[in-house]
Amino acid sequence: MKLVVAYIRHEAFEPIRGELLNLGFPSLSITEVKGSGRQKGVTERYRGADITNYLRPKVKLETVVDDGDVQTIVDTILKHARTGAVGDGKVFLIPVEESYRIRTGESGSDTLQAHTPDELAS
Amino acid sequence: MSRTLRGRRVADAPHAPTERPRADREYPKSRWSMPSRGKILFAAFTSLLTSAIALPAVSSALYPPEAYKGNTGDGAGQIGGDLLSLVNEVNYLWLILGAALVFFMQVGFLGLEVGFSRGKNVGAGIAKIFVNIAIAAIVWWAVGYGIAFGSDAHRIIGGGDWFYSLDFTEPGKPDSSGFAFFFFQFTFAAVSLAIVWGSTLERIKFIVYPIFAIIFIAIIYPLVAHAGWSGAGIFGGDHGLTIGDAAGALDYAGSGVVHLTGATAALAAALLLGPRKGKYGPDGKPRAIPGHSMPIFGIGVIVLWLGWFGFNGTSSLNTDGGFFAHVIAVTNLGAAAGVIGAGLAIYVLTRKFDVGMLGNGAIAGLVAITAPAGYVEMWAAPIIGFVAGLIVVFGVIGIDKLGIDDPVGATSAHGLAGIWGSLSIGLFLSPDLAKYNALGGNPDGGLFTGGGIDQLLVQACVVLITFAWVFGASFLVFFLLKKTIGIRVSEEKEIAGLDISEHGMYGYPEQFIPEAELVGYAPATPPKEVTAS
Repeated sequence: MKLVVAYIRHEAFEPIRGELLNLGFPSLSITEVKGSGRQKGVTERYRGADITNYLRPKVKLETVVDDGDVQTIVDTILKHARTGAVGDGKVFLIPVEESYRIRTGESGSDTLQAHTPDELAS
Repeated sequence: MSRTLRGRRVADAPHAPTERPRADREYPKSRWSMPSRGKILFAAFTSLLTSAIALPAVSSALYPPEAYKGNTGDGAGQIGGDLLSLVNEVNYLWLILGAALVFFMQVGFLGLEVGFSRGKNVGAGIAKIFVNIAIAAIVWWAVGYGIAFGSDAHRIIGGGDWFYSLDFTEPGKPDSSGFAFFFFQFTFAAVSLAIVWGSTLERIKFIVYPIFAIIFIAIIYPLVAHAGWSGAGIFGGDHGLTIGDAAGALDYAGSGVVHLTGATAALAAALLLGPRKGKYGPDGKPRAIPGHSMPIFGIGVIVLWLGWFGFNGTSSLNTDGGFFAHVIAVTNLGAAAGVIGAGLAIYVLTRKFDVGMLGNGAIAGLVAITAPAGYVEMWAAPIIGFVAGLIVVFGVIGIDKLGIDDPVGATSAHGLAGIWGSLSIGLFLSPDLAKYNALGGNPDGGLFTGGGIDQLLVQACVVLITFAWVFGASFLVFFLLKKTIGIRVSEEKEIAGLDISEHGMYGYPEQFIPEAELVGYAPATPPKEVTAS
């Protein structure tokens, strides 16, 4: 089990989300974040005075998947999030020890994604 | 036993007995207490003194003794001399009051457009309203008024009165009698221009606003206003278009002249701009892009509703017999029925009372009742407004499905409802009011009020001519702008929002800039910039 954490551009989220749904990975969370990296800050002029903004808005995407699925997820993110310009973001993989589904109390990798057609529909 | 939290008494622990209000408990005293006898006497004395001074002054101003000298005694009801001039001055006062109400409608458009924009595009809407009013004011004074209402009028185009100014034909006595009409008509031109931009939000280049505004106020709108309202044009007046018994083309306050004109230009702009990014999904189906503030939208609608009492009511252009009050009452019924029509339609379609559609319904009802406001009786107003409410709901949904992205529904609320309003005169024209308004021709009423189909046909012709002229001219201007400087911002700028990319700062900075980076927290000297490798 791995936690995939990706920092991506806002406009990259929708295509990634769409393809992950098609591939059968509906479970994910996103957070609006602001951060800095190699991308330059933006200097704006407001009523004639400068204000520089170094922290740029990004979307942080998190999903926990089985080891066998990690590469599929990462490939999907890389495919859609890459524009080639500085500021496309980063992907991190973090090991996860255990997972529980609260509704049933089940544990293990079965709880990670909605796999059956019934679950996908609901 | 108890402590206070935010001014309310709360129990310390669950088992502690709480104080319950008892019947014999004293109610808190009202803040207002009986004023002392001294205060009452003082107020009575002041008001008596004021009226003792003011009443004779007012009455001598209203009925100056000299006024009756102008009366030749031919009969009661005749007025002349100073009293006649006083009547004129009251009319001017009414025009300027109406102009103020119509000017205030700019706040309404601001609220509508900003409320329906996303938070990253609100500043652009505000900047646009400022620039629009400014350009409309100057171009209308310089050119627009002359073309629309200039004294040297031809059938298609007016002339003269460029750079409108005082008339000094009589030495030492400037004639300012035309200024009330001049200023009143300026506010109408500014409203028509404001309507154009509703369909262009969130993606248009700012520079397009001033360029198109100059052309629109200088020629596109004035030609329509000249045709409809100058008295010499091809729609209304003695030489106007007419069929059979019809009273010529009628448009009391501008469903066609102002609203259809603005909305037609809006349609041309929307067609050439294309939809906002994300408006249509990969399957081609329209998706909702909710605006950022329903309360601001709501304020905009109510302000427009209020302003419309000036828009329609003051289009009487005088206070004769208080007829303007009837027009205002008719207008109000139209708006009310518009809300109900739109509310029912959207509930039947979606089982929800959509806030935006209810507001659009009010606007559509107002737009539709604008042309017939002075020509129909009270009973017709709710019918006209209700149908407009239905039209706007189906119009917004239909135009969305056609692939035309119109964020505020301007083409439906002003365009389709404007067409319906113009046509509705042909259905509901009251023969008595036609007589009262001293209309030309031999009007025998609308289709549903005892007349024939003539009036309806005339109204339909006028709608077609207006649409053809405005659409052709606006499309050409936007097309040329698109081919030369471009009318749409780059995709990158659209994603970032027009506020930051075109105006240098967000309308709501704290929503987009982390607090840690706002002034007071940020380092005084920025760190060395990291460059792209």
